Amino acid sequence: MTEPGYTPSPEQAAETGTLAARIALKQRAGGIVVPIVTVVIAFLMGGLVVLATGHNPLLAYRAIFNGAGLNWIFHPTTSMASTASYNLSQTLLQTTTLILCGLAVAFAFRCGMFNIGGQGQYFVGFFVANWLGVDFASMSPLPHILIAVGAATLAGALWAGIAGVLKASVGAHEVITTIMLNWIAIWIGEWLVADGGPLQNSSQPFNPSSNPVSSSAELPVFWGSHTLGGLDVGIFVALAAVVLFWALLNRTTLGYEVRAVGFNPDAAAYGGINVRKNIVRAMAISGAFAGLAGALDMLGYLYGFSQNDIPLSQVGFLGIAVALLGRNTAVGTLLGAVLFGALLFGTTHGLTGNVIQPELAGNLTYIIQGLVVLFVGADVLILYVWNSRKRLRPARSASAAGAS
Amino acid sequence: MSNTWVDRLDNPASARLRDPAFTGYVGIFLGAFAAFLAIPPIEARTTTWPILVGVVGAIFGIWTVTRGRRRVGWGAVAAGILGLALGILATRSGTGNLHTVFDPTLIAQTFGFATPLVFGAIAGMISERSGVINIGLEGMMLMGAFWGVYGADRGGTWAVGLVVGAVLGGLLALVYAYFAIHLRADQIVGGTAVNFLALGITGYFFVQLYHNQPVPNGVSTLPNLKIPGLSGLHFFGPAIGDLNILIWAGFVLVIVAYVVLFRTPIGLRIRACGEHPRAADTVGINVYAIRYACVGVSGVLAALGGVYLSEGSQGNGTFIFDMTNGRGFIALAAMIFGNWRPAGAFGAALLFGFSNALALRLQVYSASASTLFNVLPYVLTLIAVAGVIGRTVPPAADGKPYRKQ
Repeated sequence: MTEPGYTPSPEQAAETGTLAARIALKQRAGGIVVPIVTVVIAFLMGGLVVLATGHNPLLAYRAIFNGAGLNWIFHPTTSMASTASYNLSQTLLQTTTLILCGLAVAFAFRCGMFNIGGQGQYFVGFFVANWLGVDFASMSPLPHILIAVGAATLAGALWAGIAGVLKASVGAHEVITTIMLNWIAIWIGEWLVADGGPLQNSSQPFNPSSNPVSSSAELPVFWGSHTLGGLDVGIFVALAAVVLFWALLNRTTLGYEVRAVGFNPDAAAYGGINVRKNIVRAMAISGAFAGLAGALDMLGYLYGFSQNDIPLSQVGFLGIAVALLGRNTAVGTLLGAVLFGALLFGTTHGLTGNVIQPELAGNLTYIIQGLVVLFVGADVLILYVWNSRKRLRPARSASAAGAS
Repeated sequence: MSNTWVDRLDNPASARLRDPAFTGYVGIFLGAFAAFLAIPPIEARTTTWPILVGVVGAIFGIWTVTRGRRRVGWGAVAAGILGLALGILATRSGTGNLHTVFDPTLIAQTFGFATPLVFGAIAGMISERSGVINIGLEGMMLMGAFWGVYGADRGGTWAVGLVVGAVLGGLLALVYAYFAIHLRADQIVGGTAVNFLALGITGYFFVQLYHNQPVPNGVSTLPNLKIPGLSGLHFFGPAIGDLNILIWAGFVLVIVAYVVLFRTPIGLRIRACGEHPRAADTVGINVYAIRYACVGVSGVLAALGGVYLSEGSQGNGTFIFDMTNGRGFIALAAMIFGNWRPAGAFGAALLFGFSNALALRLQVYSASASTLFNVLPYVLTLIAVAGVIGRTVPPAADGKPYRKQ
């Protein structure tokens, strides 16, 4: 392992007055300002839509804030009798998923790839966790959970790995392949619980839903009631994943290579880094995060799924907004996940009162998500585009290379 | 090897017949014919004919491969084997089920499923030929689906719906174009944002305007075009005698798109912007204007595909949340599968539409298997981009923002 403290980071290495380096510098300087401004703009525009359709945006946002249980901080209590506690625990459940889905997108981004297939990788983990959670019902809890979570994570990694291998071997663009893999995963899921499908509920043969996972595979709930879907230990796994993500990228040779390939694959190859290996590796790690998210959802609080649940799940796509908002860093992704987790629960099940109906507000999440991605994408990806133009268009990179 | 599309068209028919690709196409046709033999209306109840014809098709394919036309050749081999297998399966199946699956309305249904994909694929192709990737097809389609119903509902006639849907889809496309062209944002991220935005906007206004009721009743829908001579006939009547007007419009669109893109100066300019914008700029073409126009047209066309979804015979004037359900992405897949060409995209859209229609009908055999059949378009596209059957080649400057000098 190299000593990262003595090696200049890939970003620093290129920081010699090129335009790319200036952009990189500007990005770090504006690292916090731009996402905050983006969120403010997105919420303002969302508020305009709310206002234009005859609702009070301030009251609506306050209702969403309370719906997400964020008012818990004004009177904290661990008692589940308080609505705020319950809402907060549910928000944190969503946050758990979004942290991991965000990390999945962010890790691939750091290697210069856009993993748009988080949803598919999440589903693959989700299905595998259900399969292994239902089977081996006689096993004792700890090994059962470890096997199910481990296999689901591996499945996510393999699913994303297909896109990585296709990119590394024949240069198939990862965006196209991961989109296709998303829809393949979705239809496989529909098939798994369709009438006569392999995971379909055996006691209700005409119900297109899965068996519930056995109690030995359920993650322990530490806040709230198990039957009401309280907060499970999955959130600690997600937080550990944040630390792992940071350490992996910033404190290991693997992370150094991944970042080097992401910053400039030509320079990385010139420096002796195996670009293809890193593409496959980064995609697989990226998919592992998403697969883990699926496993934690399945074993943590959902326990099963039906055909109708599949098209409604958008967490893999929300992960894109989370990662972009968090500028593909560990802490940024965590904060982005808290924001979108709160939005996701606060605009739907948590929302009460008559300012704005949950059906309406739920769509507000998608609008805000879209605006966030649109505005963040216009800025943060200058660097990504800068790198990819060198990769995709050798002739035009001459001017950029000449300046350095 | 004169292998490009323009070369082949410039050559006289006799030269094209000598082209080894010709045998490949015959092989593909034979493969399809092998399966066709065993199903109504021919319905040979013996395995001999499908096997014979399928094997001949595959042999034609192998011969083509040895002559260097690998893509077409392997296509013919695959078609031959597939046709043979399907033919044998069909002869094993009961006659009753076979007649349920393969009646003439299968053709009408294939066109019905294919039409949104045709519009979407041509929309994507026009945008990408000018050098702007359009991942946001799904969102633009969704806009058309919702605002088409809204327009038809408030305007009282389907024509208003068509216009309103197209305009709203075009507007969303122009917003995207501003980010992609002027701000030089990453086009894939921008397109993804467009999809989220459209999902939110249509969902929000659906709840706001229709209170989440699935059916605004009695909305004027797109009419069908009854062809006087055909609609009474035994086979052609149910097959193509009574198709929706947008289905016919889709056929016309493919031809128009081909002529405009490959046979007019405007098309040459569009393709120049997609292949080498700097060179296009040098000779006085306004790259930004061309790209804005193409993305705008792309949004309008994708939205028309969406209007067909909600206002056509299958949607029947209703909208449901996330109605497109990935069709924008299948359209994108059809465009890639068709190698960024109108005829190819049309063929792929038909193939994917056929697999959709067939999936629906295969439920008489097995519900779960018919569900799984839906992955076919995505798997085929994955195989296509993996380069197993030749390479798919996007326009050279596709997805790269252009900076004026």
